[in-house]
Amino acid sequence: MFYNEEFETLPREALKALQLKRLQQVLQRVYHTVGFYKKAFDRAQIKPSDIKSLNDLKKLPFITRKDMSDNYPYGLFSVPMSSIVRLHATSGTTGRSAVFGYTRHDIETWSELVARCLVAAGITKNDIIHNAFSYGLFTGGLGLHYGAEKIDASVIPISGGNAKRQLMILRDFGPTVICCTPSYALYLAQEARTMNMDLKTFKLRVGIFGAEPWSKAMREEIEKSFGITALDIYGLSEVIGPGIAMECIEAHNGMHIFEDHFIVETINPQTGEVLPEGQEGELVFTSLSREAIPLVRYRSGDISKLITEPCRCGRTHIKMERALKRSDDMLIISGVNIFPAQVEAILVDIEGLEPRYQLIVDKAGALDALELQVEVSDKIFSDSGSVKELQKIEQRIVKDMQDYLGVEPRVKLVGPNTLPKAGAKVIDKRRI
Amino acid sequence: MKVEQISVFLENKPGTLQQATRVLKDANINIRTLSVAETADFGILRLIVNDVEKANKVLKDSGFQVSKTPVVAVEVPDKPGGLHSVLEAVSQEGINVEYLYAFVEKSGENAVIIFRFDNPEKAIEILTKKNFTVVPGKKLYEF
Repeated sequence: MFYNEEFETLPREALKALQLKRLQQVLQRVYHTVGFYKKAFDRAQIKPSDIKSLNDLKKLPFITRKDMSDNYPYGLFSVPMSSIVRLHATSGTTGRSAVFGYTRHDIETWSELVARCLVAAGITKNDIIHNAFSYGLFTGGLGLHYGAEKIDASVIPISGGNAKRQLMILRDFGPTVICCTPSYALYLAQEARTMNMDLKTFKLRVGIFGAEPWSKAMREEIEKSFGITALDIYGLSEVIGPGIAMECIEAHNGMHIFEDHFIVETINPQTGEVLPEGQEGELVFTSLSREAIPLVRYRSGDISKLITEPCRCGRTHIKMERALKRSDDMLIISGVNIFPAQVEAILVDIEGLEPRYQLIVDKAGALDALELQVEVSDKIFSDSGSVKELQKIEQRIVKDMQDYLGVEPRVKLVGPNTLPKAGAKVIDKRRI
Repeated sequence: MKVEQISVFLENKPGTLQQATRVLKDANINIRTLSVAETADFGILRLIVNDVEKANKVLKDSGFQVSKTPVVAVEVPDKPGGLHSVLEAVSQEGINVEYLYAFVEKSGENAVIIFRFDNPEKAIEILTKKNFTVVPGKKLYEF
């Protein structure tokens, strides 16, 4: 089933021609409306009119997540604020966060992309969708919501958290579809067992999972516990949100990237050199239809592989494998993206703390558990030497991490000079 | 009249306390009394020693996080009501006890209670006025 059959099954030659036409328009627009691109293109001594074929794309410079933070909040917007109808953002303190604007047309495009995803999962207007992705500045919740309304399905905007209530609604409202992070699905399954609920007797038929890496084993466990088909969705808030790529229920193997809206490249993360399709590397996305923040060659940091073989679902769009690795030090904690530098910025802002820290990520049951070890500095300890003062510092760290990054770490104060001075700030014990 | 207590940050992992006591042993420092405060992930060792400056230095040199905390030592008869009388005296004046620990003198007749008050100066003033025996640091270190 297709939401937009014409574009989803466009012959590849026509698709390429469409991409080139849209790319050339985007380049003209960003060059003349966004200072960042003008500077970057001029520095690379390239004009939008020099891009005569898709092959020329590789001559253009990349844009990175850091560029987005450097231009915080609105530096990369290519339209005036009066044309913006929505703002989303990543976590992080000032200068470490990134803000994404959407025009009305962007919301339309995004809704259609998510609608395509839902239809690719075999979902129709007769379905009830339990949407447990977080609503708010994170793009997951509202992204799925608008797509679901677009196909006239019934949405339960439950958002994240509160597992017992989620289970009650899953049982009583009888949704046929569930959307959330894979680790949250496993957590719900675990809670259901302790409450003696059998998820397999519920009406759920299909699940759409994303926002964090998950293994084949996790997928099998989710499918078994819920008695559903579990499908993968891919998105990047920087580019648009969920809906960049979606696994079709027919093949249940790899996610179609909606190539009429995005150009995908694979690069060697060390050299930036473009790799042949099918080789593992960092995925780079160029948005072809985004109005508010068009991105040209955005380095996603996700390491994956493209699948070029034709798919039996009939979509002509290229597929990507699940991204299980990162080219940078970004951590995904229960679907929330954080960078060690953001943690450091928080610690620096707390008076008396030296930012000597280490992040230890592990699984606590189905969920991710983050431990933040911080060295006790002279400044903290010499003034008071009291349990109360140290606990106050611990609480402050936990609160700031929750407020700015949306993750709740367990804070462990450790002795001086016990953490490595440089290098490994992160120990990830999770097995994907 | 205040007494200096050495407070040592202890990470919650096996062997940390033992490392601290070894440093003191090697420096030939005698511990008069001590207590350990513990939370889920760290502890604080509180010590009254015979040589505060030396203990402070050797522990710091060995990489421990150390601070000196002013506390008040009060001598009370080692019999029922000894502690209560002190607490009664300070609580009437609105002084808070953050923590306390105690030991019995060698003679066996008196107990010495170490108090961490939120306002040590005022506590000393009140206790002296009410005829309690506040033990000066110098005397306590040399018990």
